[in-house]
Amino acid sequence: MPTLTLNEQRYSTEAGETVLAALLRQGEEIPHSCRSGVCRSCLLRATQGTPPALSQKAIKDTLRAQGYFLSCVAVPDEDLTVALPSADAVGHTRAILEQREQVAPAIYRLLLRHEEPFAFHAGQFVTLRRPDGLRRAYSLAVPPNPQRQLELHVRHIPGGALSTWLCRELALGTPVDLFGPEGSCFYVPGEPERPLLLIGTGTGLAPLWGIVQEALEQGHTGPLRLYHGSRHADGLYRQAELRALAAAHPNLHYTPCTSATGLRADAAAFADLPDTSGYRVYLCGHPEMVKSAQRKAFLLGASLADLYTDPFVRAATSVAADRA
Amino acid sequence: MSTLFERIGGEAAVNVAVDKFYRRVLADDRINTFFDGVDMDKQAAKQKAFLTMVFGGPHHYTGLDMRQGHRHLVARGLNDSHFDAVVENLGATLKELGVSDADIAEVAALAETTRNDVLDR
Repeated sequence: MPTLTLNEQRYSTEAGETVLAALLRQGEEIPHSCRSGVCRSCLLRATQGTPPALSQKAIKDTLRAQGYFLSCVAVPDEDLTVALPSADAVGHTRAILEQREQVAPAIYRLLLRHEEPFAFHAGQFVTLRRPDGLRRAYSLAVPPNPQRQLELHVRHIPGGALSTWLCRELALGTPVDLFGPEGSCFYVPGEPERPLLLIGTGTGLAPLWGIVQEALEQGHTGPLRLYHGSRHADGLYRQAELRALAAAHPNLHYTPCTSATGLRADAAAFADLPDTSGYRVYLCGHPEMVKSAQRKAFLLGASLADLYTDPFVRAATSVAADRA
Repeated sequence: MSTLFERIGGEAAVNVAVDKFYRRVLADDRINTFFDGVDMDKQAAKQKAFLTMVFGGPHHYTGLDMRQGHRHLVARGLNDSHFDAVVENLGATLKELGVSDADIAEVAALAETTRNDVLDR
């Protein structure tokens, strides 16, 4: 029978026994409720080994790609190392700050090089830790690359402790502790013809920029409709690069939006696309925009399973960020 | 003799139905304000559990969960007319999916068993 490992403890399984049942039988406390693969309370993540397909069927493909599965319907057919979603199962690396440029009045583009191998998808986020322990999360704006380069877009918030450190104080060449990656807002290969709608405000461009590049690298042929919103035109950073990328890829459509003088990015997108059926929709940035656009995209026809969101919550919790 | 859950199409049908049902509910001005501000992913998981239950599928429904889960909405004015609107949307969803009238009536009867718990009385 396959063996399970949780928090470095090994657990046996019996014939036909699910991961949840085996862990509960041996005294582990795993949140659970319906025990029939519906409620998702028992979601675990396999960090080694492949969970049975049945246990991943009903979850979002980006969660599946990270090894998440429903433990109440998972009868393992191989050894699995598992972690609770809340546990610190995320990786760690150190990265050296190599370059920093101001790209908008309050937005900086940081390039870092990670020292150890570090697996991630563009669009996921990492949590940076200052030596005194203060943490903030930032999205990854480029896909994995041989140069081991990571790109972050940081809004400098007046009085923001971590963003001031990153944008003003941290010297080039300094190593930074970095945890993650986390998040389910990324490109999943497999349906290259699917249309994608990507709407971001402010530094919400970072994950979307990463997802667009990842999609193009993977040979995505369907339309990629990117809407970037900012209050004023000077906040629409990376315009030249995006226009150049769109010129080189006819399926990429880039629409900058300024809400002070015209439509908000989400309003502009839905005016262009009154029917979102069949679209995969990525929404990043201002939490209110993300929430209302999620509802709108769904009402206009997109499936719930095709909605990927990353609201940038500006609060001082462990994960939330001064990203917005 | 197949069960209602099997006749409707099992878990795969539930997944399709959740999308359609939830979209109808959110588009219905009689009831959509009760859904303002909710986490759509969590709400969809709850709706999936509910639909599985009213399709006669495997579930762990408890009246207490339903009661506690809706109490804050009852305080905001949730009443029989809203419950009726949800059942109506459920019927329309199933009709759209080609479910027979007899089976829709059976689903509605199962939904009816939750009314007093949902309305906390």
